[in-house]
Amino acid sequence: MNTAYQIVVCAGIVPDPLQTLEPVLSPTGPALKNEMMLPAVLDPWAGHALYEAANLAKNAPGSKVWLVSLGPKAKLQQVMMTVAQKVPFELVALDGPASGFTEAAEVAAALTEAIQTIPGLDKSKLLVFGGWESASRGAGATMQMVGERLGIVDQFQGVDQLTVGADGSLEILERIEGGKHQVSKCAGPPALLGWATGNLPEPKNNPQIGMTNMRTVMPALQKAKPTKLAGEGLAFASVTLPKQLRETKVVKDKSPEEIAAEIAEWINK
Amino acid sequence: METILVLAHTEADGTLARSAREALHAARALNKAIAGSQLLVGLIGENIQAAADSIAACPATKFFGVSGADFTVSRYATDAAAAAAICQAAQATIVVVPATSRWNRVLPGVAQRLGGRVDTHVTGLTEAGGQPAINRWYYRQRMEATISRTQRPWFIAIDPGSQPACECGAGTATVASVAVNLTEADQRTEVIGTREPKADAQTIRPDAHLLFVTGAGWTKKQADGQTHVPEAEKIILEFLKHTRASLGSSKSLVDLGGEGQAVLPFLSHLNQIGQTGSTPRHAKGLSTCCHGEEPHTVGWRFINERRAISLDPNCGWARGKADVLYVADAFKVMVKLNELLGQ
Ligand SMILES: Cc1cc2nc3c(=O)[nH]c(=O)nc-3n(C[C@H](O)[C@H](O)[C@H](O)COP(=O)(O)OP(=O)(O)OC[C@H]3O[C@@H](n4cnc5c(N)ncnc54)[C@H](O)[C@@H]3O)c2cc1C
Repeated sequence: MNTAYQIVVCAGIVPDPLQTLEPVLSPTGPALKNEMMLPAVLDPWAGHALYEAANLAKNAPGSKVWLVSLGPKAKLQQVMMTVAQKVPFELVALDGPASGFTEAAEVAAALTEAIQTIPGLDKSKLLVFGGWESASRGAGATMQMVGERLGIVDQFQGVDQLTVGADGSLEILERIEGGKHQVSKCAGPPALLGWATGNLPEPKNNPQIGMTNMRTVMPALQKAKPTKLAGEGLAFASVTLPKQLRETKVVKDKSPEEIAAEIAEWINK
Repeated sequence: METILVLAHTEADGTLARSAREALHAARALNKAIAGSQLLVGLIGENIQAAADSIAACPATKFFGVSGADFTVSRYATDAAAAAAICQAAQATIVVVPATSRWNRVLPGVAQRLGGRVDTHVTGLTEAGGQPAINRWYYRQRMEATISRTQRPWFIAIDPGSQPACECGAGTATVASVAVNLTEADQRTEVIGTREPKADAQTIRPDAHLLFVTGAGWTKKQADGQTHVPEAEKIILEFLKHTRASLGSSKSLVDLGGEGQAVLPFLSHLNQIGQTGSTPRHAKGLSTCCHGEEPHTVGWRFINERRAISLDPNCGWARGKADVLYVADAFKVMVKLNELLGQ
């Protein structure tokens, strides 16, 4: 059975994980110091979702991938310069905050509305992908709410593998406790998958894909809908960095025997 | 007035996991702190009576339950329907659950369904000015916030290991059974089972006292200009055998597998600690051949005592990430350590 999928990937942008982050209080609530100056990347787990989507689309002729992303327009544009070179997709952009301090329920409402504007969306072909957690809020909450709003109750989180069966069913591996996976079989679309790492390496940059994508990326950015997230009913009493660093004792001049003895004692303590 | 509901699911054997007792402990503390609040318990599973009985002496004033074969497995559609039904029957304003993979999958959807809000990975539940407040981390454990909300119901998933477990005793609980009308659409997904490495190859042990982390250094050229991957494999496995530690890894090391290099076959992305890996809880952690960069060490937030072995005295561990950094060759130290532990 050959199904052509409509795969909608929800992926935000986050500060490059190699950056040092510091919280500050802004008039609209907590934010990151120099937030607009920090280099941004596609949210890593959502990135895996995008690569898995592209791979699935490649293997199911007639399929198409949309990337729905909410972030400050200028930052989205910067991130798209690299992401657009990875895999083919059509961008649906929303111009608004990418902060981790925004409210998941409000983000989900905005994303759902954006998904619903995609022309010709057919629920019998729809797979909604995203990361199982973001690198900003790290809640793992937005996708489920998007799914509920779209009326999708076949939902999976921490997905590492999706295999399409000969009958069109979807076999899905989700991370559960203790380094195990739960194996489920879903009859077919519509379904929602929050991806963990998956199995695919990051695709190499392909300038040709970049050129094709950019034809739709730029107009999508231009018409990105301004999106306000009010954070209604949510109050931050404080946001603080963890209590300062440990005093590291650096041991340089001990023999392997001495170190081993010290560690053995520490382990058995 | 707050109605605090603790929602828990049973394990495959019908018992309650420790994480459920931790959620109950946190909810009870909140219940005590908020005047006029009441505490209720809701249970989901194939058979829930034994689980209810096991905590019958807890101060909850009422038990609700959804049971039956449809609720044995961890599946979004059926769990969402069951949880929503219990929350409605209990008229809960605050819903506290253990953040198990089963609840993490479904809880935000239930919040959406009932017009509430959700907070996950909560590490503290307190009272501030007569209102509940929670603690949780943002940006992958880089900063911690205290927040409160006016919306109800407010769903709160408590991270396992972050709370003491309640010690409520057993007895006989009266459970009000809540009916759930499932449709065919709720059963489109069939849970087939679990997949895991063979018993002796299972290196992820959440209950272990010690986390043992391996970094890419184990596969790098050593002082003699050669790599020593088979030797590394032997040393690491022997250490795990002696200590029953949980095995963690840096991203660089697990990624090597995808790039076609010689790697340690017992490592997968599930072992990865950090930004795009896990943030486990263990009393102690020992890092070897890993540089201790920030995207890795954010995953160590909940490791209490930390030691590292690296050749590089200027690695990340030296800069306040570890209690002790041994600047030494991990191959040599670990061989000696294995000898000592094997005695
Ligand atoms: C988006 C993003 C997400 C990321 N997420 C993660 C994540 O989740 N987890 C993670 O770990 N990283 C993550 N990283 C990568 C991270 O920045 C580092 O690149 C990675 O942690 C480095 O791994 P490593 O320390 O094992 O390897 P290396 O940096 O190669 O360090 C190897 C170390 O081994 C030491 N060594 C070599 N031989 C010996 C010996 N015989 N004895 C003792 N020491 C020895 C060397 O001195 C060196 O310090 C992420 C990066 C990005 C950009």
